[in-house]
Amino acid sequence: MTQLALVIDLNVCVGCHACVTSCKEWNTSGQAGPMFDDNPYGQDPTGTFFNRVQTYEIGEFPNTETVHFPKSCLHCEDAPCVPVCPTGASFKRTEDGIVLVDYDKCIGCKYCSWACPYGAREFDEQQKVMKKCTLCVDRIYDQSLPPAERRPACVMSCPTSARLFGDVHDPDSEVSIAIRERGGYQLMPEWGTKPANHYLPRRKTRKVIHEDELVRSDNPLRKEEIESEHSRAPTLDDWLM
Amino acid sequence: MHPAFSVIFLTTLIGVGQGLFLALVTGESYAAVNLLPQQSSREFYAVGALLAMLFLIGGLIASIFHLGHPERGWRAATRWRTSWLSREVIVLPLMMGLVFLYGVVHFFDWHPDLFGVGTRNQLTLVIGAIGTVVAFALFVSTGMVYASIKFLQEWASPLTVVNYILLGGASGFTFATAFVAYNAPDLVTFYGTWAIIITFAALVGRVGSLFRNARIKRHSNIQSAIGVRHPRIQQKAMGFMGGSYNTREYHHGKGISALKSVRWTFLILTFVVPLLLLWIGIAGNGTILLAAFGVQYVGLLFERWFFLAQANHPQNLYYQTI
Repeated sequence: MTQLALVIDLNVCVGCHACVTSCKEWNTSGQAGPMFDDNPYGQDPTGTFFNRVQTYEIGEFPNTETVHFPKSCLHCEDAPCVPVCPTGASFKRTEDGIVLVDYDKCIGCKYCSWACPYGAREFDEQQKVMKKCTLCVDRIYDQSLPPAERRPACVMSCPTSARLFGDVHDPDSEVSIAIRERGGYQLMPEWGTKPANHYLPRRKTRKVIHEDELVRSDNPLRKEEIESEHSRAPTLDDWLM
Repeated sequence: MHPAFSVIFLTTLIGVGQGLFLALVTGESYAAVNLLPQQSSREFYAVGALLAMLFLIGGLIASIFHLGHPERGWRAATRWRTSWLSREVIVLPLMMGLVFLYGVVHFFDWHPDLFGVGTRNQLTLVIGAIGTVVAFALFVSTGMVYASIKFLQEWASPLTVVNYILLGGASGFTFATAFVAYNAPDLVTFYGTWAIIITFAALVGRVGSLFRNARIKRHSNIQSAIGVRHPRIQQKAMGFMGGSYNTREYHHGKGISALKSVRWTFLILTFVVPLLLLWIGIAGNGTILLAAFGVQYVGLLFERWFFLAQANHPQNLYYQTI
Protein backbone atom coordinates (compact mmCIF):
# COMPACT_ATOMS: atom_id res chain seq x y z
CA MET A 1 0.00 0.00 0.00
CA THR A 2 1.23 3.45 -0.87
CA GLN A 3 1.80 6.07 1.82
CA LEU A 4 2.94 9.35 0.35
CA ALA A 5 4.82 11.58 2.75
CA LEU A 6 7.44 14.26 3.16
CA VAL A 7 10.84 13.71 4.66
CA ILE A 8 12.35 16.92 6.00
CA ASP A 9 16.08 17.19 6.45
CA LEU A 10 16.72 19.44 9.44
CA ASN A 11 20.41 19.30 8.64
CA VAL A 12 20.02 21.41 5.54
CA CYS A 13 16.89 23.48 6.23
CA VAL A 14 18.02 27.11 6.44
CA GLY A 15 14.68 28.50 7.62
CA CYS A 16 14.00 30.65 4.55
CA HIS A 17 10.19 30.13 4.62
CA ALA A 18 10.11 29.51 0.85
CA CYS A 19 8.03 26.38 1.46
CA VAL A 20 5.57 28.44 3.55
CA THR A 21 4.96 31.02 0.84
CA SER A 22 4.90 28.58 -2.06
CA CYS A 23 2.43 26.39 -0.14
CA LYS A 24 0.21 29.38 0.50
CA GLU A 25 0.49 30.52 -3.14
CA TRP A 26 -0.37 27.14 -4.62
CA ASN A 27 -3.18 26.26 -2.25
CA THR A 28 -4.81 29.68 -2.19
CA SER A 29 -5.04 29.60 -6.00
CA GLY A 30 -6.42 26.10 -6.14
CA GLN A 31 -9.81 24.72 -7.06
CA ALA A 32 -10.80 24.41 -3.39
CA GLY A 33 -10.98 28.20 -3.05
CA PRO A 34 -8.71 30.75 -1.41
CA MET A 35 -7.16 30.35 2.02
CA PHE A 36 -8.61 33.22 3.97
CA ASP A 37 -6.44 36.09 5.18
CA ASP A 38 -7.85 38.47 7.76
CA ASN A 39 -6.51 42.01 7.76
CA PRO A 40 -3.46 41.03 5.66
CA TYR A 41 -2.04 44.54 5.31
CA GLY A 42 -3.28 46.04 8.58
CA GLN A 43 -2.55 45.62 12.23
CA ASP A 44 -2.58 42.06 13.60
CA PRO A 45 -2.75 40.23 10.28
CA THR A 46 -3.75 36.59 10.49
CA GLY A 47 -4.63 33.89 8.04
CA THR A 48 -4.85 30.25 7.09
CA PHE A 49 -1.59 28.40 6.45
CA PHE A 50 -0.86 24.71 5.90
CA ASN A 51 2.86 24.91 6.54
CA ARG A 52 5.04 26.89 8.91
CA VAL A 53 8.75 27.09 9.67
CA GLN A 54 9.68 27.47 13.30
CA THR A 55 13.03 28.11 14.91
CA TYR A 56 14.48 26.50 18.02
CA GLU A 57 17.69 27.01 19.91
CA ILE A 58 19.28 23.86 21.27
CA GLY A 59 21.78 24.07 24.13
CA GLU A 60 23.14 26.93 26.18
CA PHE A 61 25.28 29.80 24.94
CA PRO A 62 27.95 29.52 23.61
CA ASN A 63 27.28 25.86 22.79
CA THR A 64 24.08 26.46 20.90
CA GLU A 65 22.70 25.25 17.66
CA THR A 66 19.82 26.74 15.73
CA VAL A 67 17.30 24.32 14.27
CA HIS A 68 14.78 25.48 11.71
CA PHE A 69 11.78 23.24 11.91
CA PRO A 70 9.13 23.14 9.15
CA LYS A 71 5.80 21.77 10.36
CA SER A 72 2.77 20.73 8.34
CA CYS A 73 0.28 17.85 8.50
CA LEU A 74 2.20 14.62 9.06
CA HIS A 75 -0.43 12.43 7.30
CA CYS A 76 -0.40 9.95 10.19
CA GLU A 77 -0.88 6.30 9.31
CA ASP A 78 -3.17 6.00 12.34
CA ALA A 79 -4.62 9.50 12.02
CA PRO A 80 -6.49 10.41 15.24
CA CYS A 81 -8.32 13.28 13.51
CA VAL A 82 -10.21 10.96 11.14
CA PRO A 83 -12.36 8.72 13.41
CA VAL A 84 -13.53 11.66 15.57
CA CYS A 85 -15.08 13.50 12.62
CA PRO A 86 -18.88 13.20 13.02
CA THR A 87 -19.63 13.67 9.32
CA GLY A 88 -16.87 11.72 7.58
CA ALA A 89 -15.56 14.96 6.04
CA SER A 90 -12.14 14.14 7.41
CA PHE A 91 -10.78 11.04 5.72
CA LYS A 92 -7.61 9.18 4.84
CA ARG A 93 -7.27 8.03 1.25
CA THR A 94 -6.67 4.30 0.97
CA GLU A 95 -4.81 4.59 -2.35
CA ASP A 96 -2.02 6.92 -1.19
CA GLY A 97 -2.57 7.58 2.54
CA ILE A 98 -3.16 11.33 2.18
CA VAL A 99 -5.38 12.75 4.95
CA LEU A 100 -7.90 15.18 3.45
CA VAL A 101 -10.97 17.22 4.41
CA ASP A 102 -14.04 17.27 2.18
CA TYR A 103 -14.89 20.97 2.43
CA ASP A 104 -18.44 20.29 1.23
CA LYS A 105 -19.14 17.88 4.09
CA CYS A 106 -17.31 19.69 6.92
CA ILE A 107 -19.69 21.31 9.42
CA GLY A 108 -16.91 23.33 11.06
CA CYS A 109 -17.23 21.84 14.55
CA LYS A 110 -13.42 21.95 15.02
CA TYR A 111 -13.45 18.60 16.84
CA CYS A 112 -10.77 17.12 14.52
CA SER A 113 -8.37 19.93 15.41
CA TRP A 114 -8.70 19.01 19.08
CA ALA A 115 -7.78 15.44 18.20
CA CYS A 116 -4.53 16.38 16.42
CA PRO A 117 -1.60 16.56 18.86
CA TYR A 118 0.51 18.44 16.31
CA GLY A 119 -1.82 21.38 15.68
CA ALA A 120 -1.70 20.64 11.96
CA ARG A 121 -5.24 21.75 11.15
CA GLU A 122 -6.42 25.29 10.62
CA PHE A 123 -9.95 26.62 10.58
CA ASP A 124 -10.77 28.88 7.65
CA GLU A 125 -12.69 31.77 9.20
CA GLN A 126 -14.33 32.72 5.92
CA GLN A 127 -15.31 29.35 4.46
CA LYS A 128 -16.06 28.11 8.01
CA VAL A 129 -14.49 24.72 7.37
CA MET A 130 -11.40 22.96 8.65
CA LYS A 131 -8.43 22.95 6.29
CA LYS A 132 -5.09 21.24 6.22
CA CYS A 133 -2.11 20.26 4.10
CA THR A 134 -3.30 18.24 1.09
CA LEU A 135 0.20 17.14 0.09
CA CYS A 136 -0.72 19.10 -3.07
CA VAL A 137 -3.05 16.31 -4.16
CA ASP A 138 -4.23 18.59 -7.00
CA ARG A 139 -0.66 18.83 -8.28
CA ILE A 140 1.06 15.48 -7.78
CA TYR A 141 -1.40 13.64 -10.07
CA ASP A 142 -1.75 16.42 -12.66
CA GLN A 143 -0.94 14.75 -15.98
CA SER A 144 -0.62 18.15 -17.70
CA LEU A 145 2.49 18.91 -15.64
CA PRO A 146 5.91 17.49 -16.59
CA PRO A 147 6.70 14.47 -14.35
CA ALA A 148 9.43 16.39 -12.51
CA GLU A 149 6.87 18.97 -11.40
CA ARG A 150 4.36 16.46 -10.05
CA ARG A 151 5.57 17.16 -6.54
CA PRO A 152 4.17 19.28 -3.69
CA ALA A 153 4.73 23.02 -4.01
CA CYS A 154 6.85 23.14 -0.85
CA VAL A 155 9.18 20.44 -2.20
CA MET A 156 9.50 22.25 -5.54
CA SER A 157 10.41 25.54 -3.88
CA CYS A 158 12.97 24.35 -1.32
CA PRO A 159 16.33 25.90 -2.34
CA THR A 160 18.39 23.45 -0.28
CA SER A 161 16.42 20.29 -1.14
CA ALA A 162 15.60 19.85 2.52
CA ARG A 163 12.23 18.40 1.60
CA LEU A 164 11.95 14.98 0.00
CA PHE A 165 8.67 13.55 -1.26
CA GLY A 166 7.73 9.96 -1.97
CA ASP A 167 6.21 6.69 -0.84
CA VAL A 168 7.47 5.71 2.61
CA HIS A 169 6.06 2.19 2.17
CA ASP A 170 8.25 1.48 -0.85
CA PRO A 171 11.58 0.33 0.64
CA ASP A 172 13.50 1.45 -2.45
CA SER A 173 12.08 4.96 -2.66
CA GLU A 174 14.28 8.00 -2.08
CA VAL A 175 12.39 8.83 1.13
CA SER A 176 12.59 5.30 2.56
CA ILE A 177 16.33 5.15 1.90
CA ALA A 178 16.78 8.56 3.53
CA ILE A 179 14.79 7.48 6.60
CA ARG A 180 16.69 4.21 6.84
CA GLU A 181 20.21 5.45 6.24
CA ARG A 182 20.06 8.90 7.79
CA GLY A 183 18.21 8.25 11.03
CA GLY A 184 14.75 9.46 10.04
CA TYR A 185 12.38 9.87 12.98
CA GLN A 186 8.74 10.73 13.74
CA LEU A 187 7.33 13.52 15.92
CA MET A 188 5.70 12.65 19.26
CA PRO A 189 5.96 8.88 18.77
CA GLU A 190 4.48 8.45 22.28
CA TRP A 191 0.93 8.90 20.99
CA GLY A 192 1.04 6.01 18.53
CA THR A 193 -0.23 8.12 15.65
CA LYS A 194 2.52 6.79 13.37
CA PRO A 195 3.16 9.99 11.38
CA ALA A 196 4.03 9.29 7.76
CA ASN A 197 6.19 12.40 7.52
CA HIS A 198 9.67 11.89 8.92
CA TYR A 199 12.45 14.24 9.94
CA LEU A 200 16.16 13.71 9.37
CA PRO A 201 18.27 14.85 12.32
CA ARG A 202 21.09 17.38 12.40
CA ARG A 203 24.46 15.78 11.67
CA LYS A 204 28.03 16.81 12.44
CA THR A 205 30.42 16.58 9.49
CA ARG A 206 33.88 15.99 10.95
CA LYS A 207 37.17 15.28 9.07
CA VAL A 208 39.63 13.17 10.98
CA ILE A 209 43.30 13.84 10.00
CA HIS A 210 45.88 11.34 11.14
CA GLU A 211 49.54 12.20 11.91
CA ASP A 212 50.98 10.39 8.88
CA GLU A 213 48.66 12.29 6.55
CA LEU A 214 50.51 15.51 7.47
CA VAL A 215 53.77 14.14 6.04
CA ARG A 216 53.65 12.89 2.45
CA SER A 217 54.60 9.26 2.48
CA ASP A 218 56.17 9.52 -0.94
CA ASN A 219 58.40 12.23 0.54
CA PRO A 220 59.10 14.62 -2.32
CA LEU A 221 61.61 16.50 -0.20
CA ARG A 222 64.42 14.06 -0.99
CA LYS A 223 63.75 14.19 -4.72
CA GLU A 224 64.05 17.94 -4.59
CA GLU A 225 67.28 17.59 -2.60
CA ILE A 226 66.04 19.67 0.26
CA GLU A 227 67.52 18.53 3.51
CA SER A 228 65.12 18.10 6.37
CA GLU A 229 64.28 15.81 9.24
CA HIS A 230 62.37 13.48 6.93
CA SER A 231 64.51 13.60 3.81
CA ARG A 232 66.33 10.35 4.64
CA ALA A 233 63.11 8.40 5.08
CA PRO A 234 62.19 5.89 2.38
CA THR A 235 59.87 7.06 -0.36
CA LEU A 236 57.25 5.22 -2.36
CA ASP A 237 59.77 5.06 -5.19
CA ASP A 238 62.14 3.07 -2.95
CA TRP A 239 59.52 0.36 -2.59
CA LEU A 240 58.49 0.30 -6.21
CA MET A 241 61.94 0.33 -7.79
CA MET B 1 -8.24 25.06 25.26
CA HIS B 2 -10.22 28.16 24.42
CA PRO B 3 -13.69 27.73 25.97
CA ALA B 4 -16.49 28.38 23.48
CA PHE B 5 -19.66 29.77 25.05
CA SER B 6 -21.78 27.68 22.69
CA VAL B 7 -20.26 24.52 24.20
CA ILE B 8 -20.60 25.85 27.76
CA PHE B 9 -24.32 26.56 27.31
CA LEU B 10 -24.97 23.37 25.33
CA THR B 11 -23.47 21.02 27.94
CA THR B 12 -24.91 22.81 30.99
CA LEU B 13 -28.42 23.30 29.57
CA ILE B 14 -28.89 19.75 28.32
CA GLY B 15 -27.46 18.57 31.67
CA VAL B 16 -30.29 20.38 33.51
CA GLY B 17 -32.84 19.02 31.02
CA GLN B 18 -31.66 15.43 31.42
CA GLY B 19 -31.40 15.76 35.20
CA LEU B 20 -34.89 17.22 35.44
CA PHE B 21 -36.30 14.38 33.32
CA LEU B 22 -34.53 11.83 35.52
CA ALA B 23 -35.98 13.60 38.58
CA LEU B 24 -39.53 13.39 37.17
CA VAL B 25 -39.17 9.69 36.35
CA THR B 26 -37.66 9.02 39.79
CA GLY B 27 -40.62 10.70 41.47
CA GLU B 28 -43.07 8.85 39.25
CA SER B 29 -41.54 5.44 39.99
CA TYR B 30 -41.58 6.15 43.75
CA ALA B 31 -45.26 7.12 43.39
CA ALA B 32 -45.96 3.92 41.44
CA VAL B 33 -45.05 1.85 44.49
CA ASN B 34 -46.84 4.28 46.83
CA LEU B 35 -43.71 5.66 48.46
CA LEU B 36 -44.74 9.15 47.36
CA PRO B 37 -48.17 10.68 46.82
CA GLN B 38 -49.43 10.41 43.23
CA GLN B 39 -49.20 13.67 41.27
CA SER B 40 -51.43 15.11 38.60
CA SER B 41 -50.38 14.04 35.12
CA ARG B 42 -51.13 17.33 33.44
CA GLU B 43 -50.11 19.90 36.08
CA PHE B 44 -47.05 18.10 37.38
CA TYR B 45 -45.48 15.70 34.88
CA ALA B 46 -46.53 17.40 31.64
CA VAL B 47 -45.36 20.82 32.89
CA GLY B 48 -42.13 19.27 34.19
CA ALA B 49 -41.51 17.57 30.84
CA LEU B 50 -42.16 20.89 29.07
CA LEU B 51 -39.55 22.60 31.27
CA ALA B 52 -37.04 19.78 30.62
CA MET B 53 -37.79 20.15 26.90
CA LEU B 54 -37.09 23.90 27.07
CA PHE B 55 -33.67 23.26 28.62
CA LEU B 56 -32.87 20.67 25.93
CA ILE B 57 -34.02 23.03 23.15
CA GLY B 58 -31.90 25.78 24.68
CA GLY B 59 -28.90 23.48 24.55
CA LEU B 60 -29.62 22.53 20.96
CA ILE B 61 -29.85 26.20 19.94
CA ALA B 62 -26.55 26.92 21.72
CA SER B 63 -24.88 24.06 19.84
CA ILE B 64 -25.86 25.60 16.50
CA PHE B 65 -23.66 28.61 17.28
CA HIS B 66 -20.68 26.30 17.57
CA LEU B 67 -20.89 25.08 13.98
CA GLY B 68 -19.42 26.79 10.96
CA HIS B 69 -22.09 25.18 8.78
CA PRO B 70 -25.16 24.31 10.89
CA GLU B 71 -27.15 23.66 7.69
CA ARG B 72 -25.00 20.55 7.20
CA GLY B 73 -25.53 19.47 10.80
CA TRP B 74 -27.56 16.42 9.75
CA ARG B 75 -24.37 14.93 8.33
CA ALA B 76 -23.02 14.71 11.88
CA ALA B 77 -25.24 11.69 12.52
CA THR B 78 -23.39 9.55 9.97
CA ARG B 79 -20.19 8.52 11.75
CA TRP B 80 -21.66 7.05 14.94
CA ARG B 81 -19.44 3.97 14.59
CA THR B 82 -16.27 5.90 15.42
CA SER B 83 -17.16 9.37 16.69
CA TRP B 84 -18.59 10.15 20.13
CA LEU B 85 -19.65 13.53 18.81
CA SER B 86 -21.74 11.77 16.18
CA ARG B 87 -23.28 9.56 18.88
CA GLU B 88 -24.14 12.66 20.91
CA VAL B 89 -25.76 14.18 17.82
CA ILE B 90 -27.97 11.08 17.49
CA VAL B 91 -28.82 10.65 21.16
CA LEU B 92 -29.76 14.31 21.82
CA PRO B 93 -32.77 14.37 19.43
CA LEU B 94 -33.71 10.90 20.69
CA MET B 95 -33.73 12.28 24.23
CA MET B 96 -35.84 15.24 23.12
CA GLY B 97 -38.26 12.93 21.35
CA LEU B 98 -38.72 10.79 24.45
CA VAL B 99 -39.21 13.82 26.73
CA PHE B 100 -41.77 15.12 24.25
CA LEU B 101 -43.57 11.76 24.15
CA TYR B 102 -43.48 11.51 27.95
CA GLY B 103 -44.95 15.00 28.26
CA VAL B 104 -47.64 14.43 25.61
CA VAL B 105 -48.84 11.13 27.15
CA HIS B 106 -49.04 12.84 30.55
CA PHE B 107 -50.74 15.90 29.07
CA PHE B 108 -53.54 13.82 27.58
CA ASP B 109 -53.63 11.77 30.77
CA TRP B 110 -53.38 8.61 28.69
CA HIS B 111 -52.80 5.69 31.03
CA PRO B 112 -53.76 2.39 29.36
CA ASP B 113 -53.50 -0.80 31.42
CA LEU B 114 -50.56 -2.26 29.45
CA PHE B 115 -49.62 -5.09 31.76
CA GLY B 116 -53.04 -5.81 33.26
CA VAL B 117 -52.01 -4.90 36.81
CA GLY B 118 -54.57 -2.10 37.18
CA THR B 119 -52.19 0.67 38.27
CA ARG B 120 -51.84 4.10 36.70
CA ASN B 121 -48.87 5.53 34.75
CA GLN B 122 -47.81 2.21 33.16
CA LEU B 123 -47.15 3.66 29.68
CA THR B 124 -45.35 6.75 31.04
CA LEU B 125 -43.19 4.58 33.30
CA VAL B 126 -42.15 2.53 30.25
CA ILE B 127 -41.32 5.73 28.33
CA GLY B 128 -39.58 7.00 31.46
CA ALA B 129 -37.48 3.85 31.75
CA ILE B 130 -36.39 4.08 28.10
CA GLY B 131 -35.79 7.81 28.59
CA THR B 132 -33.63 7.11 31.64
CA VAL B 133 -31.39 4.81 29.60
CA VAL B 134 -31.21 7.42 26.83
CA ALA B 135 -30.49 10.23 29.32
CA PHE B 136 -27.55 8.27 30.69
CA ALA B 137 -26.43 7.46 27.13
CA LEU B 138 -26.47 11.19 26.41
CA PHE B 139 -24.46 11.97 29.53
CA VAL B 140 -21.94 9.30 28.54
CA SER B 141 -21.77 10.58 24.95
CA THR B 142 -21.26 14.18 26.07
CA GLY B 143 -18.60 13.14 28.55
CA MET B 144 -16.86 10.83 26.08
CA VAL B 145 -16.63 13.61 23.47
CA TYR B 146 -14.02 15.03 25.85
CA ALA B 147 -12.76 11.91 27.61
CA SER B 148 -11.99 10.10 24.34
CA ILE B 149 -9.32 12.58 23.20
CA LYS B 150 -6.22 11.07 24.73
CA PHE B 151 -4.06 14.09 23.87
CA LEU B 152 -6.00 16.29 26.29
CA GLN B 153 -4.88 14.52 29.43
CA GLU B 154 -7.06 16.62 31.78
CA TRP B 155 -10.13 15.25 29.97
CA ALA B 156 -8.97 11.71 29.20
CA SER B 157 -10.29 10.19 32.41
CA PRO B 158 -13.42 8.26 33.51
CA LEU B 159 -13.97 11.10 36.01
CA THR B 160 -14.95 13.34 33.09
CA VAL B 161 -17.94 11.12 32.27
CA VAL B 162 -18.82 10.62 35.94
CA ASN B 163 -18.79 14.38 36.53
CA TYR B 164 -21.00 15.09 33.52
CA ILE B 165 -23.56 12.66 34.95
CA LEU B 166 -23.31 14.02 38.51
CA LEU B 167 -23.27 17.72 37.62
CA GLY B 168 -26.17 17.34 35.20
CA GLY B 169 -28.06 15.27 37.74
CA ALA B 170 -27.37 17.76 40.56
CA SER B 171 -28.60 20.77 38.58
CA GLY B 172 -31.65 18.82 37.33
CA PHE B 173 -32.65 17.69 40.81
CA THR B 174 -32.06 21.18 42.27
CA PHE B 175 -34.34 22.60 39.60
CA ALA B 176 -36.88 19.86 40.31
CA THR B 177 -36.81 20.81 44.02
CA ALA B 178 -37.62 24.41 43.18
CA PHE B 179 -40.30 23.22 40.73
CA VAL B 180 -42.10 21.04 43.30
CA ALA B 181 -41.92 23.85 45.90
CA TYR B 182 -44.43 25.71 43.72
CA ASN B 183 -46.25 22.73 42.24
CA ALA B 184 -46.31 19.85 44.76
CA PRO B 185 -45.00 21.06 48.16
CA ASP B 186 -45.22 17.61 49.77
CA LEU B 187 -42.39 16.42 47.48
CA VAL B 188 -39.88 19.14 48.47
CA THR B 189 -38.18 17.00 51.13
CA PHE B 190 -37.81 14.07 48.72
CA TYR B 191 -36.35 16.09 45.84
CA GLY B 192 -34.37 18.38 48.14
CA THR B 193 -32.69 15.43 49.84
CA TRP B 194 -31.75 13.89 46.50
CA ALA B 195 -30.52 17.27 45.20
CA ILE B 196 -28.26 17.60 48.26
CA ILE B 197 -26.96 14.02 47.89
CA ILE B 198 -26.21 14.37 44.16
CA THR B 199 -24.70 17.84 44.57
CA PHE B 200 -22.44 16.49 47.29
CA ALA B 201 -21.48 13.49 45.14
CA ALA B 202 -20.72 15.89 42.28
CA LEU B 203 -18.53 17.92 44.63
CA VAL B 204 -16.56 14.79 45.51
CA GLY B 205 -16.21 13.83 41.82
CA ARG B 206 -15.19 17.30 40.71
CA VAL B 207 -12.67 17.81 43.50
CA GLY B 208 -11.36 14.34 42.65
CA SER B 209 -10.75 15.40 39.05
CA LEU B 210 -9.11 18.64 40.25
CA PHE B 211 -6.71 16.59 42.37
CA ARG B 212 -6.03 14.23 39.48
CA ASN B 213 -5.40 17.07 37.05
CA ALA B 214 -3.02 18.78 39.44
CA ARG B 215 -0.79 15.71 39.29
CA ILE B 216 -0.76 14.95 35.59
CA LYS B 217 2.46 13.66 34.12
CA ARG B 218 2.71 14.98 30.57
CA HIS B 219 3.32 12.43 27.84
CA SER B 220 4.78 14.96 25.41
CA ASN B 221 7.51 17.50 25.87
CA ILE B 222 9.45 19.84 23.64
CA GLN B 223 12.04 17.10 23.06
CA SER B 224 9.55 14.65 21.60
CA ALA B 225 7.72 17.45 19.79
CA ILE B 226 10.68 18.33 17.57
CA GLY B 227 12.60 15.10 18.08
CA VAL B 228 15.80 16.57 19.51
CA ARG B 229 17.24 14.89 22.60
CA HIS B 230 18.68 17.80 24.53
CA PRO B 231 17.62 18.96 27.99
CA ARG B 232 17.71 22.62 27.01
CA ILE B 233 15.56 23.58 24.01
CA GLN B 234 14.06 27.02 23.56
CA GLN B 235 11.70 28.13 20.86
CA LYS B 236 12.91 31.33 19.22
CA ALA B 237 10.18 31.79 16.60
CA MET B 238 6.84 30.10 15.87
CA GLY B 239 6.99 31.23 12.26
CA PHE B 240 4.55 34.15 12.34
CA MET B 241 3.72 37.18 14.46
CA GLY B 242 0.04 37.93 13.88
CA GLY B 243 -1.44 34.89 15.60
CA SER B 244 -3.25 32.00 13.98
CA TYR B 245 -5.83 29.33 14.68
CA ASN B 246 -3.11 27.53 16.62
CA THR B 247 -2.64 30.43 19.03
CA ARG B 248 -6.37 31.22 19.35
CA GLU B 249 -8.11 27.85 19.68
CA TYR B 250 -5.83 25.98 22.04
CA HIS B 251 -5.35 28.46 24.86
CA HIS B 252 -7.83 30.32 27.06
CA GLY B 253 -5.73 33.47 26.88
CA LYS B 254 -6.02 34.26 30.59
CA GLY B 255 -3.42 34.26 33.31
CA ILE B 256 -2.92 31.56 35.90
CA SER B 257 -4.51 33.77 38.60
CA ALA B 258 -7.68 34.20 36.54
CA LEU B 259 -7.88 30.42 36.17
CA LYS B 260 -7.47 29.95 39.91
CA SER B 261 -10.16 32.52 40.76
CA VAL B 262 -12.57 30.83 38.31
CA ARG B 263 -11.87 27.53 40.04
CA TRP B 264 -12.76 28.93 43.48
CA THR B 265 -15.78 30.71 42.01
CA PHE B 266 -17.22 27.54 40.54
CA LEU B 267 -16.51 25.50 43.67
CA ILE B 268 -18.43 28.01 45.78
CA LEU B 269 -21.26 28.72 43.34
CA THR B 270 -21.87 25.17 42.11
CA PHE B 271 -21.55 23.35 45.40
CA VAL B 272 -21.21 25.36 48.63
CA VAL B 273 -23.91 28.01 48.15
CA PRO B 274 -26.53 25.67 46.57
CA LEU B 275 -25.99 23.10 49.33
CA LEU B 276 -26.61 25.80 51.96
CA LEU B 277 -29.63 27.18 50.11
CA LEU B 278 -31.08 23.68 49.61
CA TRP B 279 -30.62 22.98 53.30
CA ILE B 280 -32.41 26.21 54.24
CA GLY B 281 -35.07 25.97 51.55
CA ILE B 282 -35.95 22.32 52.07
CA ALA B 283 -38.58 23.58 54.56
CA GLY B 284 -40.55 24.61 51.48
CA ASN B 285 -39.38 28.12 50.57
CA GLY B 286 -39.68 28.23 46.76
CA THR B 287 -37.77 31.49 46.34
CA ILE B 288 -34.71 30.17 48.18
CA LEU B 289 -34.85 26.90 46.20
CA LEU B 290 -35.11 28.79 42.93
CA ALA B 291 -32.12 30.88 44.03
CA ALA B 292 -30.27 27.62 44.78
CA PHE B 293 -30.81 26.51 41.20
CA GLY B 294 -29.90 29.94 39.77
CA VAL B 295 -26.66 30.10 41.73
CA GLN B 296 -25.80 26.50 40.83
CA TYR B 297 -26.42 27.10 37.13
CA VAL B 298 -24.19 30.20 37.12
CA GLY B 299 -21.63 28.11 38.99
CA LEU B 300 -21.89 25.41 36.31
CA LEU B 301 -21.13 28.01 33.63
CA PHE B 302 -17.92 28.82 35.52
CA GLU B 303 -17.27 25.10 36.04
CA ARG B 304 -17.61 24.33 32.33
CA TRP B 305 -15.43 27.30 31.39
CA PHE B 306 -12.77 26.03 33.76
CA PHE B 307 -13.13 22.44 32.52
CA LEU B 308 -12.53 23.56 28.92
CA ALA B 309 -9.82 26.09 29.77
CA GLN B 310 -7.83 23.78 32.01
CA ALA B 311 -7.10 21.24 29.28
CA ASN B 312 -3.60 21.72 27.97
CA HIS B 313 -3.16 20.67 24.34
CA PRO B 314 0.22 19.21 23.33
CA GLN B 315 0.23 21.39 20.19
CA ASN B 316 0.94 24.36 22.49
CA LEU B 317 4.50 23.02 22.73
CA TYR B 318 4.99 24.34 19.19
CA TYR B 319 3.64 27.80 20.04
CA GLN B 320 5.63 29.10 23.00
CA THR B 321 7.28 32.23 21.57
CA ILE B 322 6.27 34.60 18.80
